Amino acid sequence: MSEQVTALPETTDQSTPEAPSAARRRRRLVEQVRTVALGIGFPIVLILLWDRAVAMTGTRLVPSPREVAVMMYDFSFGGVYDDAFSATILTHVWKSMTRVYGGFFLAALIGIPLGLMIGRIKLLRQLLDPTINVLRPIPVTAWLPLSMIFFGLGPNAAIFLVFLGAFYPILLNTIFGVRSVDVRLFEAAAMLGCKGSAMFRQVVFPASLPSIFNGLRIAHGFAWILIVVGEMTGVPTGLGSVIMDGRTLSRTDLVVTGMIVIGVCGFVTDRIIVVISNRVLQWSPQHHA
Amino acid sequence: MPETDRPRISTPHVAIRGVTKRFQVGDGEVDALARIDVTIVHGEFVCLIGASGCGKSTLLRIVAGFEEPTTGEVSVEGKPVTGPGSDRGMVFQDYALFPWMTVKQNIGFGPRQRQLPRKEVDEIADEFVRLVGLERAANRYPNQLSGGMKQRVAIARVLANHANILLMDEPFGALDALTREQLQRELLQIWSRSRVTILFVTHSVEEAALLADRVLVMSAGPGRIESDIAIDLPRPRDVSSPEFNAVRRDLARRLTSHISPTRNLETVA
Repeated sequence: MSEQVTALPETTDQSTPEAPSAARRRRRLVEQVRTVALGIGFPIVLILLWDRAVAMTGTRLVPSPREVAVMMYDFSFGGVYDDAFSATILTHVWKSMTRVYGGFFLAALIGIPLGLMIGRIKLLRQLLDPTINVLRPIPVTAWLPLSMIFFGLGPNAAIFLVFLGAFYPILLNTIFGVRSVDVRLFEAAAMLGCKGSAMFRQVVFPASLPSIFNGLRIAHGFAWILIVVGEMTGVPTGLGSVIMDGRTLSRTDLVVTGMIVIGVCGFVTDRIIVVISNRVLQWSPQHHA
Repeated sequence: MPETDRPRISTPHVAIRGVTKRFQVGDGEVDALARIDVTIVHGEFVCLIGASGCGKSTLLRIVAGFEEPTTGEVSVEGKPVTGPGSDRGMVFQDYALFPWMTVKQNIGFGPRQRQLPRKEVDEIADEFVRLVGLERAANRYPNQLSGGMKQRVAIARVLANHANILLMDEPFGALDALTREQLQRELLQIWSRSRVTILFVTHSVEEAALLADRVLVMSAGPGRIESDIAIDLPRPRDVSSPEFNAVRRDLARRLTSHISPTRNLETVA
C-alpha cells in the first residue's frame, strides 16, 4: 500500500518530468534497504531458532540447517554424497516446471475465455454456475485416484491435478472481473460500433484484466502447492517426487531441500507475475502489488 | 468535419413518435414515460430539463438505443432506431472512458471499429485530440486526468466517430463551476463549427438557458413534455443581461409549476 502512495505522483506528474530531489532519493534508498533487511532478517532468525531447537532437543528426525545446506549443495553441484540425487536440481526443477506451467497455462487457456463468456452470457451462467459451485469445493487430492485412472501413472495425471487446482481461481476471478465492469463501458463501446467478438477482445477482456491477474496469481500459487500432490502419481523426476523419495528413504534433509527449492521457485515466479501485471495494468490505479 | 457555414436545414433529424416506457420494478410496473412526441431538426441544440425522476435520462437512453420504448418509435433521418449506433454519440455524466486506453486510444476507438487502416485511425485520433486541446495529455490514462479533461475526451470520442447527434446526459453535472463554464463555452464552439444536433439533459435552468435553441421542460409521474420553448437570444449569451434573466425566470417558473402541484397533492394526501 505504501508503495502505491509514493508511486502515484510520479505517474500523474508527467507534465513536469523533473528528477526527484536528492533528499527524496535518499529517503527512498533508506526505505528500500529497510524493506530488504527486514524481509531477509526474519528468515535468518527462523533458521537460527531452528538450529538451536535441533541442537537442544538432540533429535535425529529433523535435520539441522547445516545438514540441509550440505544437502542443498550436493543437490545443486554434487561432490558430497554422489548418489542418485547429486547435481540433479536442474532436471527436477525443469520437470516440475513443465507440469506446473502445463497445468497453469491449460487452466488459463480454458478458464479465462470460459469466465469471460459466463460473465457476459446469462444462459451460460444459468447452465454452468451450479455445476461449477458443486465441483469447486472438492479437494484436488480427492481427484488423485480418478486422475490416475484417466491419465495413468505419469506426468499427465500431475498436469491434470495442477490444472484442477489452478482452474477455479482463474475462472471465478475472471467471472467476477466481468461482472464488476461498469455497464456503461459496454454501452459506450456498443455506441462506438463495437460488437460481437470484438467486444470480448477489446472491452470485456481488458476491462476484466485486473481481476484476471488476481486470479492468475492465486492460481499460480496453487499450482506450485499442488506439484507435490501431482508428483505423488508415480513420476520418477520432479521436486514433488524428490520429496516423496526423501520420505520413503527417511532422508529429511532431502525433504527440506525439496521444500526450499519449491518455495524459492514459487517466490521467484510469483515476482515475475507481479512485474508483468504491474506493467500490463499501469492504467489501473488500484493494481500495484 | 462538415463545412463551417452550412445553412440550417429544417428536415427532422430525430423524430420521437408516441414513445412510452414502462419499467418492471419487482412485481409491479412503473410508467416512466407517457407518450412523448418530439421532432428535432438538423443542427438544433435541444435541452431537456426536469426534476430528477422525470424520465429525461430514460428518453435519452431510448434515443441512444440502449433501451427499447414500450410503445412508439424513434427514428433518425427517417430510419427507425433498433439499437446503439455510431451516428448517435452518448456523453455520460461519469465519462465511461476505457480506463486501459490512453486519451488518444479512447478517441481512436470508434474509427478502429470501422477497420480503417492504422495510419488513418491515428490521424483521426490526432485531429480530435487537437480539437479538444488535449495534445499534451494524449498519452495519459483516464485516471491521470481531471474531470473536465475526461469529459473533453468523451466528447472527442463520439465526434471522432462521425456522430452527428450528441446525446449528453448531465455531462457537466459532476464538474466544478469554473470547469463547467469553460466546457459549456467549448461545447458551443464545437457545435457552431460542426453543426451537430445536440440533445442535452440537465437539471440546471441556467445551463439550459445558456446553451439551448430550444428547451423541453419535462414533468414526472409519468414523464411527459410540459413545455417546448424556443430561446432566440443571440450567442454568446450574456448571463447578466435582463433578457437572459427573463428566459431563466420563465423556465424556472414552468419547471416549478409542474413540480409543485403534485407536491401539494402528496402533502395533502
